[in-house]
Amino acid sequence: MKRKFAGPMSLPVRSLSFVSLAALALATPLAAKDIVVASGAGAQERLQEALIMAQPGDVVLLGDGRFELTDGLSLDVAGVTVKGAGPDRSVLSFAGQLAAGEGLLVTSDNVVLRDFAVEDSKGDAIKSKGADNIVYHNIRVEWTGGPKETNGAYGIYPVESQNVLIDSVLVIGASDAGIYVGQSRNIIVRDSIARFNVAGIEIENCFNADVHDNVATRNTGGILVFDLPNLPQQGGHNVRVFDNLVVVNDTPNFAPKGNIVASVPTGTGVMVMANRDIEIFDNVFEGNGSSNIMVIGYRQTFDDPQYQPMVRNVRISDNAHGKTGFAPQFAGGEMLAAAFGGSVPPIIWDGVGGAGASIVSSDDVPVLNLGMTRADQPIETAQPSLAQLTGDAAPRLPKIVMPAAMEAAIR
Amino acid sequence: MIALRAIGAVAAAAALLGAQPLPDPVNDSVIVDPGLPRQLSQFGFFAGKGVSTPNRALIRYALRTPLFSDYADKQRFMYIPAGSRAQVKENADVEFPVGSALIKTFGYGSGADFRPIETRVLLRRASGWEALPYVWNADLTDADLKVAGTRLPIAVTKPSGDKVQISYAVPNKNQCKECHANNGRVTPIGPYFPNMDLTFGELRRFRSQANFPKVPVVNNGPVWNDPATGSLDARARAYLMTNCAHCHNPAGSASNSGLFLNADAASDRVATGIYKRPVAAGRGSGGHDFAIAPGDPDRSIMVHRMSSTEPGVAMPEVGRSMVHDEGVALIREWISSLSQD
Repeated sequence: MKRKFAGPMSLPVRSLSFVSLAALALATPLAAKDIVVASGAGAQERLQEALIMAQPGDVVLLGDGRFELTDGLSLDVAGVTVKGAGPDRSVLSFAGQLAAGEGLLVTSDNVVLRDFAVEDSKGDAIKSKGADNIVYHNIRVEWTGGPKETNGAYGIYPVESQNVLIDSVLVIGASDAGIYVGQSRNIIVRDSIARFNVAGIEIENCFNADVHDNVATRNTGGILVFDLPNLPQQGGHNVRVFDNLVVVNDTPNFAPKGNIVASVPTGTGVMVMANRDIEIFDNVFEGNGSSNIMVIGYRQTFDDPQYQPMVRNVRISDNAHGKTGFAPQFAGGEMLAAAFGGSVPPIIWDGVGGAGASIVSSDDVPVLNLGMTRADQPIETAQPSLAQLTGDAAPRLPKIVMPAAMEAAIR
Repeated sequence: MIALRAIGAVAAAAALLGAQPLPDPVNDSVIVDPGLPRQLSQFGFFAGKGVSTPNRALIRYALRTPLFSDYADKQRFMYIPAGSRAQVKENADVEFPVGSALIKTFGYGSGADFRPIETRVLLRRASGWEALPYVWNADLTDADLKVAGTRLPIAVTKPSGDKVQISYAVPNKNQCKECHANNGRVTPIGPYFPNMDLTFGELRRFRSQANFPKVPVVNNGPVWNDPATGSLDARARAYLMTNCAHCHNPAGSASNSGLFLNADAASDRVATGIYKRPVAAGRGSGGHDFAIAPGDPDRSIMVHRMSSTEPGVAMPEVGRSMVHDEGVALIREWISSLSQD
């Protein structure tokens, strides 16, 4: 599908479905026991107790209103659904949080989280670890003070999991990544909005992911596909980024130094780092001041013989590229812009591996090849030139499919 | 510290001898049957008020290098049912038979002044270990199950003499598991034989209910604050093992971090934190590049996070609302001693 650029008003995504209560009622399994938890006094102990005493199949129903919480919540029972009255009606507020690394932690399988909000957690907002078949649907995560370095790192944070479905969520203000999937396999992130985060959506050290029909805007960088060394799962591959609107990512990087996203230039659309077999197609790019698509290796020193720092096998096709590269926020960016007629080309590749790296693009825009021979080469020694990345750029990775029960849970 | 505890144990034993009737036996069925007993008294671990009269079937022990918990004093017991035996493995882990229990009481004040706040039990059932927190009532007549945890205002006097008012957090049942998880299953942490501190009498009783391997295992691990018991490196690693490795190991709650402080990972320099970059630290990085910057504690994320009480930054994430000044000093000294590349 070739999509002509029509500006950010023409959304290629389906509108976020903020599901009606009637539809919710239909989705409730008949056998399930509902455990109703109202907001108000004692919410911490009442809600935590419900999450502990729930049995597989039960639904913990969050009432209307604000739940003022003092500690992290956690769920360790498999097959439980946590459902609110809507992302603007059932609000878990962690503004008064005294301890724990996240707002809500899920460590059990087959869990559905839907129709509520998490606000102002001190660390990550919702983390699911080793939680297979997890569904996040119609959830809002927000740091209400806007983008700040003191905000928590990740908004929605599944890690070390198999089958992750993130659908129709909204994340605002994460000081690392709004939606972050780490060290997982078989992943869909779709129909979601990420804004005013450092990274809108980040897929890190993951295998097999589809990121589609999302809006990433006003972040530092829109969508990142990264791989880092010295981790239990590495060698990220097979990620498709398609049908997303990646526009006006212009929030100055506010990540605490030391974190990898602190190195993402403000105004990045999609950045692929140290992965292989990545497809970027049918996206709309506009207003990303540094570049629309950056394909680079891991640039820091590392001590890990298993780690592959360079990018291989990237296919870029049928993306719409609006204005970009007009305010490059990376070393040497201004010089490059001056050399290439006032703006940096929309697609940048570090050039590591040469033709053997198999980085191909059929997009009708210039590509800047930095001409590096090593991923960690200083930018001053790069040999930049315009390049043709010819070859078969057509997407060919298989579509990611979730177990039917996961899709049924949000239908 | 150890000597003092031994004296305390002798005093407690003397007090026990003077006690009138011996307590009833431990209620074995409450330990092994499914279900969540509402009161601690149902187990029969303690007679009378509080925890001053433990059941004679309990074996008291301490840890040579313990977990820091807001300067709380801890009283630990193990219970191994009659006719069953624990097994000390060749790697020095202790395996307990079904029906066993580990009973750990947190409180403040030493000796006769010890006032319990909560008692956490680990119950070895046929299905695995169950972790439950009980909070003592004001009269100390019993402790009630608090699966969801709670917070209590407590005045703490630090070793420095400073008095601090804290919001003491009793962990919820899931938080018990967060620290005690090994591949998603609850597992004891403390009973690692080299780190166990047993008086002569306690050791004799433990040996009468435990099998030992052919290879010698001895309980002489480093005491974190006693240079006579080990080198700075050994004591720092022992401290990190007790305070961090329950999560920071390849099967623990922090497996995704790649920062591993368990004994088996000690030979992997990066996994130990040396020149290891953060992964999901967020503002926990404190603007630093490495978990441990050798020679430079001020630029080490580890020191930054141990020195913080802010949720999202503080490590460990649960069980601590104060900074362990003496522990931080040890780790600072250790990092200072490490040579840079």
